[in-house]
Amino acid sequence: MSAVATIEREATPRARVRDDRRPGMARLTRVELRKMFDTRSGFWLPIGVALVTVATVLTTVLTGHAENHTFSHVFGNALIPTAILLPLIGVLLVTGEFSQRTALTTFALVPSRARVMWAKLGASVVCSVAALALCLAVAAAGTALGSGGPGVWTVHAVLLPQAFVYLATAMITGVAFGAALLVSAPAIVMYLLLPTIWSALANNIHGLHGVANWLDASQSLAPMIRHSLSATSWAHAAATLAVWTVLPLAIGWWRVMRRDVG
Amino acid sequence: MIESHSLTKRYGGRTAVQDVSFTCETGTVTGFLGPNGAGKSTTLKMLCGLTPASSGSATVLGSPFANLTNPGRRVGVLIDASAQHAGRTGRETLAVSASLLGVRPARVDEMLELVGLDGSAGDKRVGHYSLGMRQRLGIAHALLGDPEALILDEPANGLDPEGMRWMRGLLGDFAARGGTVLLSSHLLHEVEAIADRLVIIADGRIVGEGTADELLGGGAKTLVRARDVHGLRLALREADVDFIDGQDGGLLVNASADDVGDVALCSQVALSELRNAHDGSLEQLFFSLTSTGSDDLSQEVAR
Repeated sequence: MSAVATIEREATPRARVRDDRRPGMARLTRVELRKMFDTRSGFWLPIGVALVTVATVLTTVLTGHAENHTFSHVFGNALIPTAILLPLIGVLLVTGEFSQRTALTTFALVPSRARVMWAKLGASVVCSVAALALCLAVAAAGTALGSGGPGVWTVHAVLLPQAFVYLATAMITGVAFGAALLVSAPAIVMYLLLPTIWSALANNIHGLHGVANWLDASQSLAPMIRHSLSATSWAHAAATLAVWTVLPLAIGWWRVMRRDVG
Repeated sequence: MIESHSLTKRYGGRTAVQDVSFTCETGTVTGFLGPNGAGKSTTLKMLCGLTPASSGSATVLGSPFANLTNPGRRVGVLIDASAQHAGRTGRETLAVSASLLGVRPARVDEMLELVGLDGSAGDKRVGHYSLGMRQRLGIAHALLGDPEALILDEPANGLDPEGMRWMRGLLGDFAARGGTVLLSSHLLHEVEAIADRLVIIADGRIVGEGTADELLGGGAKTLVRARDVHGLRLALREADVDFIDGQDGGLLVNASADDVGDVALCSQVALSELRNAHDGSLEQLFFSLTSTGSDDLSQEVAR
């Protein structure tokens, strides 16, 4: 009886029991992380980010005043170019699906597009943790190279979680712009230019000065990597993130969910 | 089994696909045939949940595609072989999906070998692939999860004659082992030899469905020509045989060539051509079915 069943099962391979479990979020996130770095641009972008970070740190510790050679100042400087360039990986992680049309494959394997987007956000956060570690290491090496002096290594502990928020939200902003625009070049240009243009306007138009504190990333987010934020500063940062991160993410999410792929 | 129930897709005021219903039985190859722009890709994308249907529904292996828990392990999909990241190698393209599907990594190399992209070809970036190589990669990708069904859009596009023969063998074998195959093409000869059944679509509508014999059966069987067409018509009418006018004065007669010859001899009509209309007539049928659709279209455009 069981022998017959076995033979039948082998004779009809299509009917055999297969591993048909839904891929979990951890697996989807790992896959998205892999997709970040396994393309040509995914190979060179992180190298570029690392090189720029190293260059920034070296410039900081080899020039300027000795009081700027503290670890926390060097670390802050290392974070700035990283937070600008790293999100391009996030932009491409979404736009690649549409520009390169891999969405046809991705969504055929994972019909729930929301799960794919969550995985992309998860991968972005993991990526920013790695970038944070890189900035810490490079800043530490740079500080050791520097002039030294008393109190050079004194760091406000809260800087670390704030730096994480700074990098992770930057990365998520990249994903958000990628999703909102879906095409690589416009998404990258808008991601880089829009906040800068806004910042330029806010600084030069008197009527916008009051709003600038709240919505200008260069004013509201920059303190995050320099000192412990007050409650008001957190409110400013949250308002900025709502406009530059949450809003484009909401638009992008809506677009990705509805988009006809093909 | 793949079932489409009245699938319809409207873009604004334009109807790309209208009321498309068909069934692909387990263990068979179904050829989805139609000219470019007839709605084949849109229909296949609706089957796979990549494009939402305006109305109608579809099931693959008994449930809507989006409800399959791990679709890649049950249905292999190839919608567009060129829709792969140009900056990723062929091997990496498969490896990413293999880790997503949870198949063992060795299967990547097995599939590359199966489609002839093993060795250095697998390590080249997809951007440097020819269309034929992309098509092979796409087929390898569709087979990666060891699925029960395959949905392939124009898989023969870009393959050389040798590649097409290889693919025919592959798909025939897949179906023989109990798999269900749905493949589309705009070229009859690509699917004629391999498909058990044909579904013909033109201008967004199904215009014919069945086996080649079913499609041809019921229609005219013999093509006959005579210089005296009038006499031939009279003779056939007298013999009570059905016929229709074919091209260039030929008549398509619903009777065997033997019978038509007898009729012509009795009526002393000299024939200039008498042959079985079956030879190559599937192509004729395909052409007549699908060109009607585009005539409608051109009329619509003209209006």
